[in-house]
Amino acid sequence: MTANKQQISPLGGRGARRTTLFDKIWDAHVVSIIENGPTQLYIDRHFCHEVTSPQAFNGLRARGLKVFRPELTTMTADHNIPTIDQDKPVKDPISRHQLETFAKNAKEFNMPIYYPLGHIKNGIVHVIGPENGFTQPGMTIVCGDSHTSTHGAFGTIAFGIGTSEVEMVLATQCILQTRPKTMRITFNGKLKPGVTSKDLALYMISKLTTGGATGYFVEYAGEAIRNMTMEERMTVCNLSIEMGARGGLIAPDETTFNYVKGREFAPKGEEWDEKLAYWKTLKSDDDAVFDMELTFDASEIEPMITYGTNPGMGMRISDSIPTLDEVDEAGRISFQKSLDYMGFAPGEKLLGKSIDYVFLGSCTNGRIEDFRLFANYVKGKKKAKNVTAWLVPGSWKVRKQIEEEGLDKILEDAGFAIRQPGCSACLAMNDDKVPAGKYAVSTSNRNFEGRQGPGTRTILAGPLIAAAAAVSGKIIMP
Amino acid sequence: MEKFKTLISSVVPLPIENVDTDQIIPARFLKAIDKEGFGDNLFADWRYQKDGTPKSDFVLNNPTYTGSILVAGKNFGSGSSREHAAWALGGYGFKVVVSSFFADIFKNNALNNGILPVVVSPEFLNDIFKAVKKNPKTTLTVNLQDQVITNNANKVAETFEINAYKKECLLNGLDDIDYLLSKKELIEEFERKRSPLNPPRGTLGEC
Ligand code: SF4
Repeated sequence: MTANKQQISPLGGRGARRTTLFDKIWDAHVVSIIENGPTQLYIDRHFCHEVTSPQAFNGLRARGLKVFRPELTTMTADHNIPTIDQDKPVKDPISRHQLETFAKNAKEFNMPIYYPLGHIKNGIVHVIGPENGFTQPGMTIVCGDSHTSTHGAFGTIAFGIGTSEVEMVLATQCILQTRPKTMRITFNGKLKPGVTSKDLALYMISKLTTGGATGYFVEYAGEAIRNMTMEERMTVCNLSIEMGARGGLIAPDETTFNYVKGREFAPKGEEWDEKLAYWKTLKSDDDAVFDMELTFDASEIEPMITYGTNPGMGMRISDSIPTLDEVDEAGRISFQKSLDYMGFAPGEKLLGKSIDYVFLGSCTNGRIEDFRLFANYVKGKKKAKNVTAWLVPGSWKVRKQIEEEGLDKILEDAGFAIRQPGCSACLAMNDDKVPAGKYAVSTSNRNFEGRQGPGTRTILAGPLIAAAAAVSGKIIMP
Repeated sequence: MEKFKTLISSVVPLPIENVDTDQIIPARFLKAIDKEGFGDNLFADWRYQKDGTPKSDFVLNNPTYTGSILVAGKNFGSGSSREHAAWALGGYGFKVVVSSFFADIFKNNALNNGILPVVVSPEFLNDIFKAVKKNPKTTLTVNLQDQVITNNANKVAETFEINAYKKECLLNGLDDIDYLLSKKELIEEFERKRSPLNPPRGTLGEC
């Protein structure tokens, strides 16, 4: 491991000083602290989708409660929707019922911000939040989806919650949380050309493993992070959860402010100036103490793929899968089980392997920059005949922009079709399921067994590797 | 919620690491709009063949292993935040999950649904797996009041951590929402007093 691991402060940073960015935002949202218990935290923005909310609304009904601050919840249908023919009735009766329930709940509880299927602001929660200016520096943000950490890219405390917690937020705009420990991960140096923020994230997770940041809230720092666009930062923060972190955040800077400015729900005029002055103070103090600090050299990172069944099982695209000897004895059974599932052998190289499906999309890599990268690569080339490709924009706005920039033409000429927005094959709740045994190169966030449909074999990668796989039908260096 | 009482039970062993919530309850079962019935689909892809018949080699299909305690390898419950995982475990009848490590969100979700996640040392965990292998009728005693778990095969006991507040909730069968609802005034006061620089109180855009 090249990381320089250092355990600082035996107090666990919980002494008198609370000077990290995380601490500043957290402290500004504490309503009360339960003795020997969790903290009651005020939530500024709640994102809500159809899959993890119906039981929460039922809970309110059962207790005879109203939604406490309806205007602070943004509702969008995304997880369980088709990505074609969205204007027609949803075929699957159970999915349809779930969507109807979502609509009914929005109406019954007078929720003013509700984006159903086909609405111009509809899309994946973590794409539409930033896109419409709901996500702003300094906020606390929650959603019943673990990749809520995406919003941390704006300097927010954002994390996923369960349905009971969704009910808490709806009922009281608060949740109870144990204060996590803080970790800073610094990426010094620059990323090499052709290396994306997804590669950086997969690299980091492969070093930390899927449980390596459990109990921590991570701040990303360093030159490589500073140089990133907001969309690239979102990809990094999005994947924080895959190493077990509660969330990940990045101090806001000019890149952040320029992104937020002018968006529909962003502050305007005088309010903007005041907010901006405040947002500029949102950073960790120079002498801030973190519970753990890690440093990586960004220039060492190469294009990455995963070979196993959790996002921590990643390697450089040109590497070989570890041999059994290279794996901890305790983990060998799980390791072998995972490779058996994937149909790979220990020590095998994956370069040149045939693949069957490509998925470009999800809240990890379904934004305009991802489509630009993909389109740019496939321009003038042709989709491989043996590959089924699903290109699913993260939102209707992304799709509109694809068309405005003429990317749709480039993609169509290369033999690709663009679908309608939604979570799609990221969790395969809808019809976008990869058949059992098939290999999918996916820009999403999870390669768990069956994540993209029962028996499917997922190889996680960034949009460039996905594009290269789509035109070559193989895993190749983009 | 039911009150949590001291539990003595045989166990269901699942000596696999990194069991994620997609395995506990696959996404295609998340379409329901209530909390019932998830137990039938707990570990669905490991438990059933494609045609729905049980896979005989999976532990839930092995009548030798019964009980309301699931014992699993480290990093149990990673991945998706779906609370359905807790409903599935609870629906199946598990009251306690023992592992040497749990993912954060899962732990919270379990506690919110009256399921106690007990973190034990890797050695203690290993001993349970060994004991159960030798004698499937091995029992564990989980005493929440004293925060002690005992492997009744070798009489070795270990104390476990639990947040004091959560412990009170479990022992009394109360949930977080009951607590928060009792704090409404505090919340309104917080909203009044917080700095205006802090995030917006609902500018509503064009919606
Ligand atoms: S794209 Fe995937 S990770 Fe993102 S919100 Fe949808 S299901 Fe969750």
